[in-house]
Amino acid sequence: MYRFIQTLLMALFLIAAATPWVRAEEGLRDLVNALGEAKLSNMDEHIEALAKTGDPKVVPILEALGEGNLYARKVDGQVFLTTGSGSKLALTDPVSGESAGEAPKAGLQKVKVNNSVRRAVRTALGSLTLLSQDRNARLKAAKSVLQSPDADALDAIENALAAEKDAEVRALLEQARATTLLVSDRPVEEKKQAVQTLKEWGGGDALSVLSSALGSADEALKSDIEAALVGLEQTQALWAAGQNVWYGLSLGSVLLLAAIGLAITFGVMGIINMAHGEMVMLGAYTTFLVQEVVRNSFPGLFDWSLAIALPLAFLVTGAVGLAMERGVIRFLYGRPLETLLATWGISLILQQSVRTIFGPTNREVGNPSWMSGAFELGGLTITWNRLWIILFALAAFAALLFLLKKTPMGLQMRAVTQNRRMASSMGIRTPWVDALTFALGSGIAGMAGVALSQIDNVSPNLGQGYIIDSFMVVVFGGVGNLWGTLVGAFSLGILNKFLEPYAGAVLGKILVLVLIILFIQKRPRGLFALKGRAVEA
Amino acid sequence: MTIRARVTGAFLAAVLSTTAFNGAFAAEDTIKVGILHSLSGTMAISETTLKDAMLMLIEEQNKMGGLLGKKLEAVVVDPASDWPLFAEKARELISVDKVAAVFGCWTSVSRKSVLPVFEELNSILFYPVQYEGEESQRNVFYTGAAPNQQAIPAVDYLMENDEVERWVLAGTDYVYPRTTNKILEAYLISKGVKPEDIMINYTPFGHSDWQTIVSDIKKFGSAGKKTAVVSTINGDANVPFYKELANQGVKAEDIPVVAFSVGEEELAGLDTGPLVGHLAAWNYFQSVDNPANAKFIETWKAFTKNDKRVTNDPMEAHYIGFNMWLKAVEKAGTTDTDAVLDAMIGISVPNLSGGYSTMMPNHHITKPVLIGEIQADGQFETVWETPGLVVGDEWSDYLPDSKDLISDWRAPMSCGNFNVATGKCGGKGS
Repeated sequence: MYRFIQTLLMALFLIAAATPWVRAEEGLRDLVNALGEAKLSNMDEHIEALAKTGDPKVVPILEALGEGNLYARKVDGQVFLTTGSGSKLALTDPVSGESAGEAPKAGLQKVKVNNSVRRAVRTALGSLTLLSQDRNARLKAAKSVLQSPDADALDAIENALAAEKDAEVRALLEQARATTLLVSDRPVEEKKQAVQTLKEWGGGDALSVLSSALGSADEALKSDIEAALVGLEQTQALWAAGQNVWYGLSLGSVLLLAAIGLAITFGVMGIINMAHGEMVMLGAYTTFLVQEVVRNSFPGLFDWSLAIALPLAFLVTGAVGLAMERGVIRFLYGRPLETLLATWGISLILQQSVRTIFGPTNREVGNPSWMSGAFELGGLTITWNRLWIILFALAAFAALLFLLKKTPMGLQMRAVTQNRRMASSMGIRTPWVDALTFALGSGIAGMAGVALSQIDNVSPNLGQGYIIDSFMVVVFGGVGNLWGTLVGAFSLGILNKFLEPYAGAVLGKILVLVLIILFIQKRPRGLFALKGRAVEA
Repeated sequence: MTIRARVTGAFLAAVLSTTAFNGAFAAEDTIKVGILHSLSGTMAISETTLKDAMLMLIEEQNKMGGLLGKKLEAVVVDPASDWPLFAEKARELISVDKVAAVFGCWTSVSRKSVLPVFEELNSILFYPVQYEGEESQRNVFYTGAAPNQQAIPAVDYLMENDEVERWVLAGTDYVYPRTTNKILEAYLISKGVKPEDIMINYTPFGHSDWQTIVSDIKKFGSAGKKTAVVSTINGDANVPFYKELANQGVKAEDIPVVAFSVGEEELAGLDTGPLVGHLAAWNYFQSVDNPANAKFIETWKAFTKNDKRVTNDPMEAHYIGFNMWLKAVEKAGTTDTDAVLDAMIGISVPNLSGGYSTMMPNHHITKPVLIGEIQADGQFETVWETPGLVVGDEWSDYLPDSKDLISDWRAPMSCGNFNVATGKCGGKGS
């Protein structure tokens, strides 16, 4: 009997102890389920209520909400975190964090989010995870409080700052504190210090924070902000010029890639190859096919898909080029007009066949992870894909130069183009050298297509956009001179980018064309004209 | 003979006679429908889908018995994205093939090029794409959105929901973006936006190097006021534009981009993961959840034998236009142009967004306006829609030289550009 009473008492005691905890859990569940019924317009209140609980369980819930992975079950209005895609989703209980089985998508209602909800989520998550154990979570949190300054979060930021050891997170938090201070009702002295912090931080973001603070600032603060702004704007203008040079180099590298194959077929061999753009397109479609296969069969290799596509594109377009030369062009040597018409016809045939096989719409070619996003270098924003394309263009150029100047095959090519009869009498099989040279030019165009598929759309029209630019670069740089193509591409790129801010993209392009026409009038053979007997051959 | 047997007998006889009638006519007589969409050249990317959609609609209608007891026959021509060729092909369709109506065109310049042909030969054109307005022609029915059915509600949404104060109007350099931006600029200024808070930028067709413009947008957006981009960028240029936005880290939460020419088709060539939250304004999204739309999508996927094919707004516009035409021909009892033109006005058919669209006297239709956010799966999620239907307004109220104009093609007015200030028919665009 005594034992029974003891057990009973203990059970009662346990229930009493556990009740507040259970109650808190139920409260959280109610808050989460309320999300399922909330309208987009009052969602931010619900998010705030969730964030106020300070419960670490809220973090994954809000993250799922922001990513659109929160669903309400239609039968009972219970809200779950979900993973997976397709017709069935795996459910996770938001409070206990345990798996709650699977459910068909039709029986679930997505908790709707829009941009303002996502902003609210970002703000809430920022202050919630400032004190997280994980360094990356704190870094992310510091970034988000920096992006959406909220005067209420100021105390939380200062607390986090006091506890923070990591230098990078600390720096971000300092900036966040300064940014947030400016929108809070702290005394002017503190705000003045914040302006100094921001000025030292520099960059476009500081500029934007300060200029938005200027409108609502007190008289005492205004002069400080204005002084800081003047200094910042000057450094920004310098960086902007640097950024423009970078954009010019990047545009130049795209032009170089597009033109480098043509520098062989048109520049070295003298064939007006209107189907050059289609070789670029075929290269891009090869990338698409490779990525399709990789996606379906070897998803782990996705980051390597471009490396796999590169040699394949070279082979595919090289083979097409070889067939073109053997089938059509070799009968037309010395008749430039017929070559022009024939290759133009081939380009239309290639375009329409790709359209028939793959459909007229764009095909998705993904960026591998190492080609996505951007990084900051001083005041410059450099996107990874552009950087890789510049490097690739230069590498392709160097390889081609090596091939032409240092290998027996290159020697034969140059010999044939300079003096066909002499080369022939020295025992070189000139027809095959012609075919291989054309295949080489086409293959390089195909490799350019692999790179261009990363920044442009993969559609049957891809090549058309590049054909005029390519000819422009080759003619401007000087026909028959690879170095001319390099210099021509980069100078046209930079010229274009410096004209664009003043003249606009449309007029800028026209101006570049006019300048080239004038230049060709003055120097018909381009920047680096070949001299000597080679010209007459 | 019981009554029941007699009824059955009569019914059978009726069925037999109609089938016989059908059969007799189908062999020698069909109603021809012209399809004037580019199947090659730059616009093939968008227009080929519409050709397929029309073929599907005609096939479905023939399964249900055709029209006026006759089968419909599609006549497909390819104007090859070449504007003068559009006029030639339209002439061929009307005078050689004797089509009863034409469904076609995408770009405004192609529409402008065929207008005189339709006027001269008195035939009917259904134009399915959102356009800049400032036009109302007797022989044309505009089933796409006018600016007040797309651009203005989108701007309103951003102003109310995201409190946007600074605007970038970015477009491709041709008539639709230029007129739309002119209307939007006038509208924004009438709403109290300062001229220095509006940045207008035009780029050539197929522009592929967006680095400078995206970084300009970023800079323009860092002036402390909430900024949004209104994009009338057309066709191929969109993919590199969105890729650059994603790479330079322009997030929808900070600078949302609302597009008027980007639909499910255009997103099909993109990895939309980094673009979640950017917006588009249309009158229809594939993700709209209702039985009519579900059936349409299912038929489309079966027709194209491709499970991944998407539907889009101009397809819905053809769906509405085609059904309106069927109904008007049935009402008129003939495919004769003048009779059908009269019968069209006031015709009301279900649209795919879950309501009814009606042909108004100005040859524009009523539509709901939906704002959708891009999702990671390449679809849009509707985040806002107009409470009711919006009537297409052909002459914008925000442009000084068109605000006094109205259009009414019913007798006795029968005028596409009636000036209410002077009380005369004729004015701009006559």
